[in-house]
Amino acid sequence: MKVAIIGIGTTEFGENWDKNLRQLAIEAGTKAIIDAGIRGRDLDAVYLGNMSAGRFVGQEHVAALVSGELGLSIPAIRVEGACASGGLALRQGLFSILSDQHDIILVGGAEKMTDLMTDGVTSSLMGAADQEWEAYYGVTFPSLYAMIARRHMFEFGTTREQMAKVAVKNHHNGSLNPIAQFKKEITVDDVLKSTMVSDPLTLFDCSPITDGAAALILCKAELAKKYVDDPIYIVGSGQASDTLALHDRRSLTTLDATVKAAQGAYKQAGITVKDVDLAEVHDCFTIAEIVATEDLGFCKKGEGGKLLDEKETEIGGRIPVNTSGGLKAVGHPVGATGIKQAVEIVLQLRGKADKRQIKDAKIGLTQNVGGSGATAVVHIFSR
Amino acid sequence: MGHESSVPLFWRLIKTRYQLIGTKCTTCGNVFYPPKYLCPVCRKEGKLEDIKLKKTGKILTFSIVRSAPSGFEKEAPYPVAIIQLDDGPKLTSQIVDWKEKDLKIGRRVEACFRRIYTDGKEGIINYGLKFRPI
Amino acid sequence: MIGIVGYGGYVPTFRIKVEEIAAVWSSNVNSIKNGLNIEEKSVPSIDEDTATISTEAALNALKMAGIDPKDIGAIYIGSESHPYAVKPTSTIVGEAIGCGTEFTAADTEFACKAGTAGIQMVMGLIQGGYIKFGLAIGSDTAQSKPGDALEYTAAAGGAAFIIGKNGIVAEIEGTYSCSSDTPDFWRRDTIEYPSHGGRFTGIPAYFKHTVSATQGLMNKLGFKTSDFDYIVFHMPNGKFPIKAAKMLGFDPKKLEPGFVVSKIGNTYSGSSLLGLAATLDVTKPGQRILITSYGSGAGSDSFSIKITELIEEKRKKVKKIQDYIDNKEYVTYAQYTRLRRGI
Repeated sequence: MKVAIIGIGTTEFGENWDKNLRQLAIEAGTKAIIDAGIRGRDLDAVYLGNMSAGRFVGQEHVAALVSGELGLSIPAIRVEGACASGGLALRQGLFSILSDQHDIILVGGAEKMTDLMTDGVTSSLMGAADQEWEAYYGVTFPSLYAMIARRHMFEFGTTREQMAKVAVKNHHNGSLNPIAQFKKEITVDDVLKSTMVSDPLTLFDCSPITDGAAALILCKAELAKKYVDDPIYIVGSGQASDTLALHDRRSLTTLDATVKAAQGAYKQAGITVKDVDLAEVHDCFTIAEIVATEDLGFCKKGEGGKLLDEKETEIGGRIPVNTSGGLKAVGHPVGATGIKQAVEIVLQLRGKADKRQIKDAKIGLTQNVGGSGATAVVHIFSR
Repeated sequence: MGHESSVPLFWRLIKTRYQLIGTKCTTCGNVFYPPKYLCPVCRKEGKLEDIKLKKTGKILTFSIVRSAPSGFEKEAPYPVAIIQLDDGPKLTSQIVDWKEKDLKIGRRVEACFRRIYTDGKEGIINYGLKFRPI
Repeated sequence: MIGIVGYGGYVPTFRIKVEEIAAVWSSNVNSIKNGLNIEEKSVPSIDEDTATISTEAALNALKMAGIDPKDIGAIYIGSESHPYAVKPTSTIVGEAIGCGTEFTAADTEFACKAGTAGIQMVMGLIQGGYIKFGLAIGSDTAQSKPGDALEYTAAAGGAAFIIGKNGIVAEIEGTYSCSSDTPDFWRRDTIEYPSHGGRFTGIPAYFKHTVSATQGLMNKLGFKTSDFDYIVFHMPNGKFPIKAAKMLGFDPKKLEPGFVVSKIGNTYSGSSLLGLAATLDVTKPGQRILITSYGSGAGSDSFSIKITELIEEKRKKVKKIQDYIDNKEYVTYAQYTRLRRGI
């Protein structure tokens, strides 16, 4: 399969007090339209990833909001799968092009989270978990991933230091990324000594609360060169789901949905994991990156921590992970993340990732997860 | 301000939550808690009936919530855990009456009846089962 | 024969010492300890209340009784701290212990004797042939005004009794009550803390009713003090029950196994019932207990209870009251304030 990405755009990620949800979405969308060198009226549809505008800002029906603000009356639809909303919107958009429904579409993701106080955000995010059997008992997302971390430490000997190194690496990468929420370098000690959020995860183990939006212009592969000289292609897409509640999973240390989604994507792209040059993975918490590298096949189960010790996932390492800075340093405006991941891969494959550039990047991967692993979507990109 | 939580939403699960009543599929023998009304293994071939579960089990993993969601601020910090019941199913709940040494993978626990959430000064009180070390 | 088929109690694990409270108010610890004869009191956890305490006690009683909860035909819960002013605790507990829907229920209030009133109500329904088994509970998470004398004693706990005609561990030989309009201790609706009449709560209130009811019971059944091996009185503090015993001519030593107040404080509606449960935990078949509750406002219910052969086997199944008393963790005044007032 082959679908082209001809335009990308993002807002700055962070506490955007001055901008509301529609402003963020339009800003990213407009940048992508300009980057693609198309006009708004060339678009056939809008796919928008957004997890919870209803709970964060009281707004549903957000895709129509965005198309209306763009002055277009094209089909517009919101795609939701918790934190995987962006990746899912990309996949749905992809299908519409592959099935000949549309030629050129805008695929975006946006989330406005900072209008609520922290406890309100924590509660709203729990919409991604089981309301009746997890949220009911006062469980939070940090505590769900903390429980995964504790089990991973118990089964494989993964250490706090290894988890901290994920944050250190991603903050370093974020310091090289103009859109990142956090551009300051940190140390392992900073991570270990910061406020405990849910044992053993400290504040610096957790991705922040962020406002932001990101957008892509997708078009049929055969039309791409009409618009740009350097289209990047989506060559594989995989998705899988799992039980919503963490306690119902087969394993507490593997996200089966990631494993299956990746297998589907590799197969469709006709590649193996060895062919992947770099990846943007879902590091909502440091442990999530460690588990993701195992589930995607970058290393054996249980050895994700070692990748950090051996510096294999740094810029310049064997398999650079989260060169953008990940969710940890760039920020995690929930619905936008999956699209932002694709934007970073496109930049890298275009050779335009500036100080974060991986030499000779040819094949990139994004992994976007919903909740504690009930949804996973993996895309493979190539020059 | 008035109350916010849904009465029917809470009421529907009272019996299941208070008495630890799950379901068992007589076709495949799997036991489910929280109860399932469609057997995910057998689907249309499954036949489910109620089963009252033993209230004891062990901790599989845990964490201490320090940054609480709305409504739980007064209780933080509190431990949450995934517990495997002796009858098989796994569930998530809080640990109560605990000391540091009790928060260990494998620690045996039993269910006890506690308040889960109080909907402000005017709303209803949600009860349920939490787990204490034995 | 009608009697107790199963019983059980529950006391929360936290405790606060008299010294800890006295330090905050700069009070003289020794005079308080001597005046009240109490060392420490129980404090409920932030997620415990009368419904949760009653449920734990009832589950113990059920385990001992060995009956199907669906055979319980009535539930009465007496408390001064029901979680709702309107919405019964008894249906919450009924659901939590699996009673099904075929039962009658109501919550009662008569200060600290609301639980024993429930026992009498259930006895009536059983004797009348209306129900097979009845559950009566006395349980409280008592509140007290900070700095008030009651702060040293107002505690949390409860006990549950399943009454019936089959499988009796302790026969209720008879009951006698007296009631009068005596406003010694009260709380107006919507007001947070109770008020009391100070020394008026003694002779005209507690002692008058406790003594009258006890004497009334002994006359009615033709018993003397020597007919009883153990006595249990309501325990607002560690002094009143001893004085009442002496006034009636009982050796105060007979109070000992049931004298839970010195270690857990006054559990209000749970007080005399926890004392009864603690006493039942050590009795032998053939022995006899006298229990007289007292509720402000005011009244007393007195019962004569004779132990049967079944008690030793049946009570093995359930945690003893002493086990609950011994299982404790101390809190500071700051922690106590946070737990009680949710700050």
